Amino acid sequence: MASIITRRDTLRLTVAGLAAAALPGSAGAQVPKADVPPPKLPIENGASLRILRPARFVEPDEVIFRANTAKFQQTTGVETRVDFVGWEDIRQQTAVASNTGAGPDIVIGWADDPHVYTDKVVELSDLAEYLGKRYGGWSFLGEKYGKRDKTNNWIGIPFGGTTGPVVYRKSAVKEAGFNKIPNEHTEFLKLCQGLKKNNKPAGFALGNAVGDGNGFAQWLIWSHGGALLDEAGKVAINSKETVAALTYLKDLYPTFLSGTLSWGDPSNNRAYASGECWLTANGVSLYFALKNDPAQRAIAEDTDHQALPFGVIGKAPQTATMLNAMLFKHSKYPNAAKAYLQFMMESEQYDPWLTGCLGYWSHTLRAYGKSAVWDSDPKLEVYRNGTDHQFWSGYKGPITQASQTVAAEYILVQMCASVASGEATPQEAAREAERRSRRYFRG
Amino acid sequence: MTSPAHTLVQAPVAPAVPGWSAKTPQPSWLVALFDWKPFLVFVCLLPAVGLLLAFLTYPLGLGIWLAFTDTTVGRDGQWVGLENFEYLFGDKLFWQAVFYSVFYTGTATVGKFGLGLWLALLLNNHLPFKSILRAVILLPWIVPTVLSAIAFWWIYDPQFSIISYVFVDVLGWRTTYFDFLGSAWPARWSLIAANIWRGIPFVAISLLAGLQTIPASLYEAALIDGATGWQRFRYITFPLLLPILAIVMTFSIIFTFTDFQLVYAITRGGPVNSTHLLATLAFQRGIPGGMLGEGAAIAISMVPFLVFATLFSYFALARRKWQQGESND
Repeated sequence: MASIITRRDTLRLTVAGLAAAALPGSAGAQVPKADVPPPKLPIENGASLRILRPARFVEPDEVIFRANTAKFQQTTGVETRVDFVGWEDIRQQTAVASNTGAGPDIVIGWADDPHVYTDKVVELSDLAEYLGKRYGGWSFLGEKYGKRDKTNNWIGIPFGGTTGPVVYRKSAVKEAGFNKIPNEHTEFLKLCQGLKKNNKPAGFALGNAVGDGNGFAQWLIWSHGGALLDEAGKVAINSKETVAALTYLKDLYPTFLSGTLSWGDPSNNRAYASGECWLTANGVSLYFALKNDPAQRAIAEDTDHQALPFGVIGKAPQTATMLNAMLFKHSKYPNAAKAYLQFMMESEQYDPWLTGCLGYWSHTLRAYGKSAVWDSDPKLEVYRNGTDHQFWSGYKGPITQASQTVAAEYILVQMCASVASGEATPQEAAREAERRSRRYFRG
Repeated sequence: MTSPAHTLVQAPVAPAVPGWSAKTPQPSWLVALFDWKPFLVFVCLLPAVGLLLAFLTYPLGLGIWLAFTDTTVGRDGQWVGLENFEYLFGDKLFWQAVFYSVFYTGTATVGKFGLGLWLALLLNNHLPFKSILRAVILLPWIVPTVLSAIAFWWIYDPQFSIISYVFVDVLGWRTTYFDFLGSAWPARWSLIAANIWRGIPFVAISLLAGLQTIPASLYEAALIDGATGWQRFRYITFPLLLPILAIVMTFSIIFTFTDFQLVYAITRGGPVNSTHLLATLAFQRGIPGGMLGEGAAIAISMVPFLVFATLFSYFALARRKWQQGESND
């Protein structure tokens, strides 16, 4: 079937990415670009930039990013420094930078942040429109997170996103009588029941897990047609769709591996890699960790990815964790900063980074769909359009600080967990989620 | 206070050395100032109190002020009075955190002191390798909390627990793995066990120090009078240990009540909020959740409990007059 990339190939791709980053012009050659004049950004004299971004999840992410930054410094003479900060800390550091009016010029932070600090960031519409015209337009989530709600003003440059489709063992699914993951709820339940019967159960995080817990809870609600907010931004979680979703969970949960109520983010990775869990949802890092470990190569060969089951809505109910770059008003060199962002998004720099990360980050500019990385392994196909999913945290309402709080407080996750553990009925759980969410969406 | 010394009346005496007079020179105003006790006290305390004011009082004051506002991480807040507290009063989650904080502190303290006192009594005897044993006993306390929390996370893991492995795969006493952290009460007890493990050394070593101050002659006198082991403990050891016990208990209760690392690293407050302490709930609401005002309100609501615990330890356990600075009784 698919040709498996060996470790040698992976290294080769990374080295190619690095080499391409060093050679001007040859990198990103197959990414189609339109000839559009860039915005006039005369770089200030004596400019220096400080950039903050989340720590790497895969090593090439940091190596290539730093190489690109060094190239920028060489080409323009602007002294640039990039700091890599822990994932759980960067939100707080962004808050400090914005509230004190000092610190880094650019923060490549998490998706909602420019929407929280709208008044403290510089408008980036000229840069964003240039990039959009040149590279085939922005993806759905790129526009959603980049533009200020209900306007055409760009307050962030979405850099990339990571998404969490189904990761499953082909042999187990086949044994349960299915060729691929079914999209209908009843069929999906039958698949999970079959897996459980063959002692190869599925498992999704229902504990306080920032990424996987929220991902599963959101899938459950969205696939049944429910949502946290309506278009006007009012709390709409207590609906019959939500109750239907939670009732479905009562049948689905017994098919899971035991202990998922206490699973954190790494738990499903561990369980899958050790062969205890045979179907879960995760980013591509799981697949690559297995591929690069000779002891687990067999599991990687047996693994495949598929978008989360559509349920009743006809499209994949998943979102992406987005990297969103914002430029603070307190920066002394806004033109240099914009030039930096433009430089990093140009194909000579961006494509090697995308390729070197082996598909961990999905692009936000549509032209990068033609990048070499997506053709390198057919199993990455589901990650190619990762940021084109039509859902976001706080769907269907606008993106605000409050939707961030709901995720951080695990309101949706706990609604599901309380029903799964039998502590609450679906109606009670939906009511409680509504009560808690209302608190954050008031005023 | 020193001036009387300078005005001591002396009988005029013919000086042995001509030109010498009995009068001592009057001190300059600066010297007199420094000799004046209140001022001296003030100046000596100034560096320490200054540091405390700057680094403790300001954050504490800011925290208290934040509790009465609706500040979020993204923007400044306005004064809202008791609104945060009113909401918390009606919030089921908050009361659950209060319940678990009190339960956690109470049970863990009883466990720590029971086992710690027993360990101290054992270590008080002559043992081979006494010094090494006493040093080793201290290890759980010294190891950074987060490290031991991660170790316990592995021990309590639903799939990879060593305890489950031993019981199921090695001994065959059970068929299914333990689910330590998957439901409310098992998770609560598991965390209490981890806390007791961590806290025993502190109690044991402190009580051991206290035990060593009890003079052996008292025990000898008791033995001569025919006292049993239990009577010796009840009438000699325990009363004389009470002052140390009061101090150690105060510290232990404060550390346990405000514990954050253990719970956060192992369960993050789950499953379904059953193991949230006030500290972890305040953090979760305030920092990742962005609601600084509400987080501060939860944190401030810890203060009454801590004050009560301190006062209780102080008044109930330190009853002897000589512990309060008066003459021996």
